[in-house]
Amino acid sequence: MKRRSFIKKATLSSLTVLVGTEIVFGEMIPSGYTPLALQDPDPFKLFQKNKEMILLNDRPWNLEAQAHLLDEKITSNEFMFIRNNGKVPENIDVKNWTVTIDGESVKQSKTYTLEELKSKFKHHTYQLTIECGGNGRAEFDPPAKGNQWTVGAVSCATWTGVRLKDILDDVGIKSNAVYIGYHAADAHLSGDAKKEPISRGVPMAKAMQEETLLAFQMNGKDIPLVHGYPVRLVSGGWPASTSGKWIQRISVRNKEHDGEKMTGSSYRVPCEPVAPGEKVKDEDMCIIESMPVKSLITYPKSGAVIDSGKKLSIRGHAWAGELEVTKMEYSIDYGSTWQAAKIEAPANRLAWQHFSASVSFPKKGYYEVWARATDAQGTSQPMLLPGWNPKGYLNNACHRIAVKVS
Amino acid sequence: MNEQDKFRATVKAVHRSLMLVLVAVVVFSGLLVFMMVDPDFSSLRSKDMASYEVVQPVEEVDEDLIVDGIHVRTGLIEADGFMEVVNNCTNCHSAKLVTQNRMNAERWAATIDWMQETQNLWDLGRNEEIIINYLVTNYPPLKIGRRAPLTGVEWYELKE
Repeated sequence: MKRRSFIKKATLSSLTVLVGTEIVFGEMIPSGYTPLALQDPDPFKLFQKNKEMILLNDRPWNLEAQAHLLDEKITSNEFMFIRNNGKVPENIDVKNWTVTIDGESVKQSKTYTLEELKSKFKHHTYQLTIECGGNGRAEFDPPAKGNQWTVGAVSCATWTGVRLKDILDDVGIKSNAVYIGYHAADAHLSGDAKKEPISRGVPMAKAMQEETLLAFQMNGKDIPLVHGYPVRLVSGGWPASTSGKWIQRISVRNKEHDGEKMTGSSYRVPCEPVAPGEKVKDEDMCIIESMPVKSLITYPKSGAVIDSGKKLSIRGHAWAGELEVTKMEYSIDYGSTWQAAKIEAPANRLAWQHFSASVSFPKKGYYEVWARATDAQGTSQPMLLPGWNPKGYLNNACHRIAVKVS
Repeated sequence: MNEQDKFRATVKAVHRSLMLVLVAVVVFSGLLVFMMVDPDFSSLRSKDMASYEVVQPVEEVDEDLIVDGIHVRTGLIEADGFMEVVNNCTNCHSAKLVTQNRMNAERWAATIDWMQETQNLWDLGRNEEIIINYLVTNYPPLKIGRRAPLTGVEWYELKE
């Protein structure tokens, strides 16, 4: 009953807006609820996304790309997946936006305005791979709960900002620092102002890496609102949830950060492998750090029909968390034989790498082209699903496309 | 009673009913004018939420519209327990988060516990069983094994 009258209220107030009269019931709209943005739910227009992006969830907003949409070497906003845990903050006041560094392990807490961050510290630009820890979740059996990402929750844009390391050095960090945790401006879905939708972080070693940025630009422009405007923590190669958006505060902790979605089973996998469907106690779950080796065929789109005797050019990207991809292969016979593909060096550390190959088919018929990347430690992508885990993280199984030769 | 008195009484009765009609017309047109100025009668109500609850929705039909067994607004399958799911499971998050997940009764119960412990979900009471039955009946887990075949391929001629 409550929910229904809530909808009625919303409908009515948006109607008055449509009619162009005064918002008669403006003050009756529950606080924190923004009818305009949510009642006109065209996320493609709202976030300037390509129409072929797949909408997984509209509250909170979650959209993913398809493999062929990620063909660009540097992912543009149009094709960048959206993963939100809470409500996108509104009415961002850039002039008064501040970032505070606090926590048990700072010598004294310090607050910077956005202007100070930009003017005080040197700017750096890196192309950084950001992949959702749950990318590929849809393939797990038994299914894991959460957004059912297929392959498109990954991006590699250029990010410009200042090094978190430079800021932490300026603040002064105690020797007992263990972890950093971010706090951001997004609101909890339940509307409870005391709850944070997500507050994750990384160990000090990752926080102090050269490529770990407090970024204010994406692909040379202000970061789009839904991707973290005006300032985002970017930690490439790690689960995207560690790259917090709309950053207001970073706490330097003397223990593993215990913010929302750091504990329990969130962004964790069993410390020791388990059978599919097995129950795992929270204390037996370990935090995901660097993402595993993976690749995606971005051209051609699955379903290509080509003439017999013609070669097929394929291309795509490969990445391996903290590591580099050293070998790229493809197979047209379900892994019986593998052929080498050309793999380029990354634009910088933690950027995805581009691969390409020219594929010949022995005769007419149905084929699948499977791609397999191997990282610097010799670990390759599995052809089948990797170890089952309760939350469906880290599916880095080989990507494949269907091809017909006629 | 003579003829004259009878006539007088009749005239009085006619006069009374005429006056009644006149009053009714005045009140009715006054009401119409009021509705033109203030169609929501907002000036008559105190501005608290309680009185607002009684306002009738403008598009009640659309909100509950069902086409081919699917509730248009949420995308949920119309079946036993569907309204309980709409009323309890689409307040905080989208119904899309429900329909894209497939779990057995035990795991749904655990998910509901988790939402109650951490996400401010209320006690569902007897509705919990109805909701779980609806979910496992209409969105049962599918066996896809260690790797499913490629399905739904859209074939197209590739010209290079």
